[in-house]
Amino acid sequence: MATVENLPSPGAERPVGFGRLKRKEDARFIRGKGRYLDDITLPGMVHGAMLRSPYAHARILSIDTSAALAHPNVAAVVTAKDLETLGLAWMPTISYDTQAVLAGDKVRFQGQEVAFVIATDEYSARDALQLIEVDYEPLPAIVNARKALDPDAPLIRDDKVGQVDNLASPTWEAGDEEATERVFAEADTVVTRDIIYPRCHPAPLETCGMIADFNPQTGQLDIYNGNQAPHVHRTVYAHVAGLPEHMIRIMCNDIGGGFGNKVPIYPGYVCAIAGSIVAGVPVKWVEDRSENLTSTGFARDYIMHASICAKGGKITGLKVDVIADHGAFDSTAQPTRFPAGFFHICCGSYDLQAAHVKVKAVYTNKAPGGVAYRCSFRITEAVYLVERMVNALAMEMGVDQIDLRMNSFIAPEQFPYETTTGWTYDSGEYAKTMRVAMDIAGYEDLRREQAEKRARGELMGIGVTFFTEGVGAGPRKHMDILGMSMNDGADLRVHPSGKAVVSISAQTQGQGHETTFAQIVAEELGIPPEDVEVRHGDTDRSPYGLGTYGSRSTPVSGAAVAVVSRKVRDRARLIAATMLETRPEDLAWEKGRWFVKGDPEKGALIEEIAVRAYSGEPLPEGMEGGLDAQVIYDPPNLTYPCGAYIAVVDIDPDTAVVKVRRFIAVDDCGVRINPMIVDGQIHGGLAEGIGIALMEVITFDEEGNCLNSSFMDYQIPTALECPTFELGETVTPCPHHPLGAKGVGESPNVGSPPAIVNAVIDALHETHGVDHIDMPCSPARVWAAMQGRPEPPQ
Amino acid sequence: MQVTITINGEPVTRDIEPRLLLVHFIRETPGLTGTHWGCDTSNCGACVVLMDGQPLKSCTTLAVMCEGHEIRTVESLEVDGRLDPVQQGFHEKHALQCGFCTPGMLMTSRALLDENPDPTDLEIRTAISGAICRCTGYQNIVAAVRWAAEHEASTRQEA
Amino acid sequence: MQTPAPFDYERATSVDGVIAALERLGPDARIIAGGHSLLPMMKLRLANPGHLIDINDLDELAYIRADGDELRIGALTRHVDLLKSELLAEWFPVFRDAEQVIADPVVRNRGTIGGSLCQADAAEDLSAVCAAAKATVVIRGTGGERVVGMGEFHLGPYMTAVGAGEMVTEVRLPMRPGGGSAHEKVERRAGDFAIAAASAAVWIDGGTIADAGIGLSAVAPITVELTRAEELLRGKAPSDELFEQAGRIAAEDCAPTADGRGPADYKRHLAGALTTRALRRATARALHEEA
Repeated sequence: MATVENLPSPGAERPVGFGRLKRKEDARFIRGKGRYLDDITLPGMVHGAMLRSPYAHARILSIDTSAALAHPNVAAVVTAKDLETLGLAWMPTISYDTQAVLAGDKVRFQGQEVAFVIATDEYSARDALQLIEVDYEPLPAIVNARKALDPDAPLIRDDKVGQVDNLASPTWEAGDEEATERVFAEADTVVTRDIIYPRCHPAPLETCGMIADFNPQTGQLDIYNGNQAPHVHRTVYAHVAGLPEHMIRIMCNDIGGGFGNKVPIYPGYVCAIAGSIVAGVPVKWVEDRSENLTSTGFARDYIMHASICAKGGKITGLKVDVIADHGAFDSTAQPTRFPAGFFHICCGSYDLQAAHVKVKAVYTNKAPGGVAYRCSFRITEAVYLVERMVNALAMEMGVDQIDLRMNSFIAPEQFPYETTTGWTYDSGEYAKTMRVAMDIAGYEDLRREQAEKRARGELMGIGVTFFTEGVGAGPRKHMDILGMSMNDGADLRVHPSGKAVVSISAQTQGQGHETTFAQIVAEELGIPPEDVEVRHGDTDRSPYGLGTYGSRSTPVSGAAVAVVSRKVRDRARLIAATMLETRPEDLAWEKGRWFVKGDPEKGALIEEIAVRAYSGEPLPEGMEGGLDAQVIYDPPNLTYPCGAYIAVVDIDPDTAVVKVRRFIAVDDCGVRINPMIVDGQIHGGLAEGIGIALMEVITFDEEGNCLNSSFMDYQIPTALECPTFELGETVTPCPHHPLGAKGVGESPNVGSPPAIVNAVIDALHETHGVDHIDMPCSPARVWAAMQGRPEPPQ
Repeated sequence: MQVTITINGEPVTRDIEPRLLLVHFIRETPGLTGTHWGCDTSNCGACVVLMDGQPLKSCTTLAVMCEGHEIRTVESLEVDGRLDPVQQGFHEKHALQCGFCTPGMLMTSRALLDENPDPTDLEIRTAISGAICRCTGYQNIVAAVRWAAEHEASTRQEA
Repeated sequence: MQTPAPFDYERATSVDGVIAALERLGPDARIIAGGHSLLPMMKLRLANPGHLIDINDLDELAYIRADGDELRIGALTRHVDLLKSELLAEWFPVFRDAEQVIADPVVRNRGTIGGSLCQADAAEDLSAVCAAAKATVVIRGTGGERVVGMGEFHLGPYMTAVGAGEMVTEVRLPMRPGGGSAHEKVERRAGDFAIAAASAAVWIDGGTIADAGIGLSAVAPITVELTRAEELLRGKAPSDELFEQAGRIAAEDCAPTADGRGPADYKRHLAGALTTRALRRATARALHEEA
């Protein structure tokens, strides 16, 4: 088994630029000196706690807060009525819907926010929750998205004028329906499947929370909040609360994981802000784990009906029909013009002749959300769909899963490649990447081993996935969220000492930005990374941008940092020319230094240029002093990383327990700034994929009770479920990115679930006739499949 | 009721309710927010500290139960500016990303190496199986503990 | 984080003191040992005792020792010590099997055998282990001590024979020659409760099974003592067919309900498959034939 591990020599351990650099941010975390939201206390701070609905769907007849108010440590109990007077009972969502901050007329999902208690301490606040009496009149609940549009389905969003059913957003289409029908009519083989991507949850280890601190004297609202998109939130709060945006400051400090869970605005945030504004003291609200699992932004919940076809041994067409379960309020996050996110990248890595995609979204009596958990805006759903379908097709055709892919891949010379659903893939060498995975896996040996084991009654499966995804949203002409263009900024300031500060829009939740962005500046300017301070997570000190999710940090903020560094370098060239008494065009650059082309001894180091920039010595005609620059980067396109993943599973024939024995992941994310950090991201995403494939799911009973509301029942893989991952790489640079880099953070979560499920089916196909199974592949579900009766989740 | 708990060698005395969880007692002590919490059901391990040298889920322990015992938190690992080998190993091997699970993982690893100075990968994975990490996929954590074990072994040899 | 409701707390200094406190405080008082079943329930506010009696200082209740022909385990013995005990592993390897898959290593530092048995959760492993091992439980109260078998000890879901003013002090296991035992468990993920689990103990004398004990976890409202299979096995020579027959009885005699861990038919299937596996391994150990 090959693992790719580079133990660097001392010299290589401190690259000035790209390379395996140990992280600068580790220093505080390994000492327990991180500053997460719940670590912060402010003078006079009070604590909030949220009362939540036990019912999935019920009318609220009355709320009696008198006993709670009588509690000696309780300062206030806020209900919808109170928020109505502030115009805050409802708030807008990122998908142009509205969401109740506190339920007034009805509750629409179990766990929905009903009342907010503010008390002197957290224990008292939670005690007070028990003292609030709410009189509910239960209503029938809809938890099955397939039934949400039945004529007799209860109407969930009767708060919306003109809403007559549970349609959350009308059918959105991509591709060409007619052309697809023709391709299917001409096909040799057609395979159809119902493929479900069940509801799961990003469940970062740190739950969501906020401290809102309003200063009535100055009108300044300071917000402490683990938040993946602080600038956008600031804009929304200004709009919703009628506060001046320049008087709102959001400080993220350290965030204990995001994975998309910390993108939405939650009712608890609005209540904390309202509480602070009214009371004039800081209000802290931190949710517990069950609140996190039952009320915050979940992921996936896509019910997909798809057909795929082949002709002449090559995949030719794909059609998909999706019901998307958005929960009780539509709060999915994606660019405005893409209500189904990037799902239509389900055309995959193949040179299809035609494809057609239809997605409609429905309301159900479940928590709102859908776009989260490293999904790249629904690309997890898209890749799961196409890679499951490709394997189903290979099984039907009786061909090897890799051979069918190799025959159908987009060829290198076809890039930039326009897909049948409107994407322009930038670059890729798919067959090469696939072969590296096969080599690491020893694919032929695995097939031999599988045959030998099968003869002995042992079950082993090999599952392959090849994915292409599009990350780094996005070009301003196509992509905005709530009207804010998806561009990111970077400000770079080189001080007289030659050390620098770069302020970025991206918002780390563990991705290592304090190190990698310093490395970008180092690569471009030659200032060592330890002398570059990366500033982020404070809306007062960082340029406006759309935040970190959708693997956009490297493609957008990384590009911005490269471009701004080059701007500074160009400025430095002009200054150097004056210093060296030559013309700028006579100068050449080596990392950290401009020198005279004909006379290399004669040059100026960047730190010398910095001194000059601030000194009283002459500068180029018309140039102001200082050595800094600002950029807003508008990416010309998304970047399109790809990968070949191979999962090897063993299944106990009696107990049906699935073990992931090996996982081979070969990623092509273009140029890698810090390979150590890239590998770490991949390890983490693969572990999440194992969770989703085998154990993570949010389910409900018929009354809408959530059955996975704690970490006892929402199960996340431990170290014992994860193998030692075997990683490889190919590097196909992105032609339009200044560094040739593509995003990568979500790729492992995109590619791994279908690889594992394909492996499970591969293990059971010949012996048990299994040709489909839904996630999670729990022992019970796998056993049922082995008995010939697969049980899809609702 | 009044309790005195020894944390990192120092007695901390407070008047508290019996229901105050140890994790909150620790986190309310100045400078000791390194111990985290992440769930309600004793599953996630973010709250792990050592009690009398053994890993303990501090969210599932009452502070009052700890009077007369020695509690060690992540803040005790660095001594006189010198990092503990497990801390150094985590840094060397990129065994942390968001850092939230890290204190619990460090304390569990420290206790493991104190009891078993040369653990196999499986023994390491078993020891940390009571703690969840969402970021790292555990691989580098295992490598970090191996690094610390080897580093301590060679230091012992040199001594 | 979720937090418990207020309660009073005292620390016990002796077993008699615990019993006196239980008498004094009545049904609103609970003993707390490891607390890893009780405190989570209190945090979720599913249990709200007004008084907690902390017995963790009662070191005299933490031991594993041979006493004549009995192996005696103090009620306060922690899971980690049950796992590590060589004495226990020699006589009843079923305990080590089970302890490797009970909860996680950190929880095992605190949870106790007394706590596990008194929790009387059918899904928890030690109850089935003790049933298979033919354990007896010592209960002490104001009236003195009584010793009950596992069948009498578990009365219903979360209900035991421990009455008002009583506490469990010891678990006793018969040390008889020719014994072997094993625990087989299937769970959704490391550390989880069993979807189903089977504990088996056999005592082999002169080539036949002199006695057998089989306990099943998580497949009925309480731990199942598979008496019908035990009767089948007694007096017979061990064989694979016999173990498979016992497995079929396990599948028939359990009463699983569907829940998040799985549907009833799967649990029934597991009860059978795991009983067979546990018997096979127990017998191999009894005959010193385990690989």
